[in-house]
Amino acid sequence: MLKIDNLHVKLEEEDKQILKGLSLEVPAGQVHAIMGPNGSGKSTLSYVLSGRDGYEVTEGAASLDGQDLLEMEPEERASAGLFLAFQYPVEIPGVGNMTFLRTAMNAQRKARGEEELSSGEFLKLVRAKAAELHISPDMLKRPVNVGFSGGEKKRNEILQMAMLAPRMCIMDETDSGLDVDAMRLVADGVNALRAPDRSFLVITHYQRLLNHIQPDVVHIMAEGRIVKTGGPELALQVEKEGYGDLLAEAG
Amino acid sequence: MSDIAVKTKDVTPQVSGAARAPDALEARLEALSLPRGGFTAAARRDALSRLRDMGLPGPRDEYWRYTDPRPFNAPLPQPVPLVTDAGPALFDDLDRLKLVFVDGVFDAAASDDAELEGVQIETLAAVDEATGDHWAASLYGVLETAGQVPVRRPFAALNTAAARDGVLIRVTGRPSKPVHVIHRRASADADALWHHVVRVEEGAELTLLETGMSGARSNGVIEVDLAKGARLHHITAKRAADQKLGLSHLFARVAAEAQLKSFALSVNGRLMRQEGVIDIAGDDAVAHIAAAVLGDGDEGPFHQDDTVFITHGAERCESRQVFKKVLKNGAEGVFQGKILVKQGAQKTDGYQISQALLLDERSQFLAKPELEIYADDVKCSHGSTTGALDETALFYLRSRGVPKARAIVFLVLSFLADALEEVEDEGLRERIHERLEAWLTDRAQG
Repeated sequence: MLKIDNLHVKLEEEDKQILKGLSLEVPAGQVHAIMGPNGSGKSTLSYVLSGRDGYEVTEGAASLDGQDLLEMEPEERASAGLFLAFQYPVEIPGVGNMTFLRTAMNAQRKARGEEELSSGEFLKLVRAKAAELHISPDMLKRPVNVGFSGGEKKRNEILQMAMLAPRMCIMDETDSGLDVDAMRLVADGVNALRAPDRSFLVITHYQRLLNHIQPDVVHIMAEGRIVKTGGPELALQVEKEGYGDLLAEAG
Repeated sequence: MSDIAVKTKDVTPQVSGAARAPDALEARLEALSLPRGGFTAAARRDALSRLRDMGLPGPRDEYWRYTDPRPFNAPLPQPVPLVTDAGPALFDDLDRLKLVFVDGVFDAAASDDAELEGVQIETLAAVDEATGDHWAASLYGVLETAGQVPVRRPFAALNTAAARDGVLIRVTGRPSKPVHVIHRRASADADALWHHVVRVEEGAELTLLETGMSGARSNGVIEVDLAKGARLHHITAKRAADQKLGLSHLFARVAAEAQLKSFALSVNGRLMRQEGVIDIAGDDAVAHIAAAVLGDGDEGPFHQDDTVFITHGAERCESRQVFKKVLKNGAEGVFQGKILVKQGAQKTDGYQISQALLLDERSQFLAKPELEIYADDVKCSHGSTTGALDETALFYLRSRGVPKARAIVFLVLSFLADALEEVEDEGLRERIHERLEAWLTDRAQG
């Protein structure tokens, strides 16, 4: 589903190479985790895939279901089925959560040539999904992420994910700033979305999230590249030994 | 709050002193027909003499540093073609009492009967010829005169002297619906001057809506007197189709425990200046003045100026100034805002924020926030910021599939939200928000 081939990326503003030949493939229905120390380029990868400004791809390719991602605007990538759950979801005062979500959904549907949802259909759907994630009707009415706790913001990300039903979900350090209960809620939300035609790329610093969201494959990233790939046991090894030995071994 | 971005602009005097010349003022007056007035006669004569003393503002006038007064000084306005298809007006489907003014003159046929419980409504031209006493005689030109110190406002004096019509509203209760003054245009070159007087009696309350513009050039004054515990919500909205060249003054006197809430929405135009002069005269009173401005220089030059002077003269009063301007395609926004806290005005809570969202590098915002405080136990803050769109927020919205143009609409609405919050009535606020959103979305798609 997601295919990244020899991706080289530098910052536009400064001549700094962040990704140095990263290759990765996530087949349909699988959950892949990317772990790595600070500064290894994990967040850059998520931003480049979703189309944030400020990065320049100098070499390599990335595609979703065979479509060249790098040629698309961020909104086109979203309509093509890509979703990025932000590490720090953005607060947008004055814009209602529901208005935003409905606009996003219908924009995607329109871009795909599908019928737009009526407000009745939308309301029914959003209420049901919100209830599953323990998101109160009041939170739905409030401005996007304004006054939300860390956990509420992350649950709101998962709500958006559930509503937009993307094929490829990238989760950038979704566990950061969450206590155990909040993390479980988020993980339950993600697990409920697992499906044969949907894949996940879970970027995390720590193994603990992977206790709740069981990955099929774990990649270790360092210096802008995948240096080691293995099963869930790789995450446990990181937890136990840290990145030091692994990175030394990978050379 | 301490982030004060003040950009200054060099204003090169071009016709040095010319506007001050007495013949420039006389030419200006010549082009107007000055009503003699009945109960306003003395106020009009006084205003004319004060105006002759102060003259029209010249290019060196400190108070007109950022805005060119010449189009307002000119004897006649440049004709502006009438807009025939302006679309539905903002409060069209609202239950309200409608008063229509065409180029500043009351149009009884187009208006509702001025019958509303708790409020007495008359029009200036209709009652001014009747000599003798009128409740408005103690206010017409009186608050305007008081507002001439310490800063001179010649166009307000000109208005008092020359205004042809306006509405006189005396509120004694709590009317069941808002009063809506609608300004319309009928001629391409009218020079419209209107003057309203609003007196809200003790404990009474009114929502006054005012939309549209009149004339090729307009000069409006509203004098507001709030008795103890009185409340006035004043909401004005000017749309792209209405607005070209306009100047307005709000003079308000706020007694103890009274509340004034003023909100102005301005969408496009050419050259506009709104002045607010508020005298908080009684203890525990509240005055809020806010504006949301959208300016696009694409269809010609855009310059919009908000100039506010709030005087705290009593204890435990609260004032808020919230000004938000969205500027693009070389549009210019100006904010001059002052809070003056007099000696003895203890426990004053004064707040002022002016912010501009510049959608390109050609647009500019000029701000002059000022505080002058003579009491020692007060809380006052002011801030002014100029910024571009938040790239992270823009990316966040787009990453959810919202097209860029629509995402910008969201961020513009987000930026204006604090100003819109000042509209206390939730229904009216939502109505304004929806119309603004529809208008912005429409343009984003076009």
